[in-house]
Amino acid sequence: MHNENQFQATDSPAELAPAEATAAKSLSEEAAASRRDPALAAVNISKSIGSRLILDNVSVSLARGELKVVIGPSGAGKSTFLQCINGLIPPDTGQVFLEGQSLNMRNKHELRLFRQQVGMIFQDFNLFDHLTALDNVAIALRKVRGMSRQDSEARAMSELERVGLANRARLYPAELSGGQTQRVAFARALAMDPKVLLLDEPTSALDPELVGEVLEVIRYLAKGGMTMLMATHQMDFARALAHEILFMEHGRVIESGSPAELLAAGSGTRTLDFCSRLDLEL
Amino acid sequence: MQEVIFTIYESLPYILGGCLVTLACVSVALLIGLTLGVPLAVGQVYGAAPLRFFISTYVWFFRGCPLLVQLYIFFYGIFWPLFELSALASSCIVLGLTSAAYQSQIFRGAIEAIPQGQLKAARALGLRDSNGIGFIVLPQAMRLAIPGWSNEFSILLKDSALIYLLGASDTMARIHQMATTTNMHFAFSLLAGVIYFVITLVGLKLLRGLEQKIHIPGYQKA
Repeated sequence: MHNENQFQATDSPAELAPAEATAAKSLSEEAAASRRDPALAAVNISKSIGSRLILDNVSVSLARGELKVVIGPSGAGKSTFLQCINGLIPPDTGQVFLEGQSLNMRNKHELRLFRQQVGMIFQDFNLFDHLTALDNVAIALRKVRGMSRQDSEARAMSELERVGLANRARLYPAELSGGQTQRVAFARALAMDPKVLLLDEPTSALDPELVGEVLEVIRYLAKGGMTMLMATHQMDFARALAHEILFMEHGRVIESGSPAELLAAGSGTRTLDFCSRLDLEL
Repeated sequence: MQEVIFTIYESLPYILGGCLVTLACVSVALLIGLTLGVPLAVGQVYGAAPLRFFISTYVWFFRGCPLLVQLYIFFYGIFWPLFELSALASSCIVLGLTSAAYQSQIFRGAIEAIPQGQLKAARALGLRDSNGIGFIVLPQAMRLAIPGWSNEFSILLKDSALIYLLGASDTMARIHQMATTTNMHFAFSLLAGVIYFVITLVGLKLLRGLEQKIHIPGYQKA
């Protein structure tokens, strides 16, 4: 019938790169500096809840266009780490940099500007339940970007087209499948032209047969050069696409390296051990 | 028997006039309760500690004290001596302040029933908290609150029967007056019961209709 699972291959990858932001900087020196700096860096993030140490000096740095994958057992702190980066969970200590600019999370205005440039995809989708797919994508364009209803809807529609859901625009989240819901969430995040995407186990809440369509979106973004940090249990996906894997346990990154290094047969890494047990479960 | 029916028939325009007073008073009170109750609820869920303390004190005061006592305190202590407010106006305000306390708890429960991910997602997009609460959380919470709010409407309507004790000329005042002058206490009490029942019924049906009208498609049936 309709091929909503397919993405238009015609979409140029350049569309994904927030070119305007850098181009706008007239000072070439500044532009050069921002190219040298990692797109996103989180340094020594620590977080305790009560007396429990959830994150213990976790750091990550993402070059532009890089896809890094965070894996590890549940309770390792992956989700907390991602949410500490954009301040949804305020970290106790540590620093976050976007293109070399340090973020002061105490400054609400600064934090909002940061979040507008760093999109987030949640495990349980978190689409706004009372809004149609179209309005889910359009609302931030109106409330944050100050776009008119007409402009925001046009932009939202093109984002929905990009994830193959233009024909679902008028439906509410409860009328969509899990996979479709998560794809709308991608459209919502992408409409803000993010420089970086944080993905918190984007496929973990999905039925197995719906995982593919969401991974396809991520693959498409990765090919387009989107900078992404993704917590996941999808090892085949990580192996194929990740530039680096961070293995977390008990709130610390205990191993990191390229998939080839960490997952080589007989490498004896914790990562390999964890993944082989994960494969057994699957 | 015929005489009773005739007397009631004769007095109906007078008593129905009282119904209008009752309806006006309850509507104003519900509106005051709504406009204060929503911010009180938001403050209690998202506010800083001092604000939360102030709000819970407010709620405790109005929930912990009989309505009649409040009506007396505010009317004889403040509204009449200081502002020469009429019994009806004072009643509207007191009922409104009381209702705000109860309504705030209805809305607080509804806000807390909305998954936290909703506000998180709004924040993650860079929305201000005020926008996230106003455009994401509250529209969902208000839908959830309608059944509880219907309850508050029906309780407030019946509580409003107390305002005749301040001298407001509402349904109950006129019923009481007719009952004493004609000495037909039973018949007029029955009439009062029927009137309050019908208003409650119509109001609840309307609210039920509203609930279904703004029901989110695909959600489990309201």
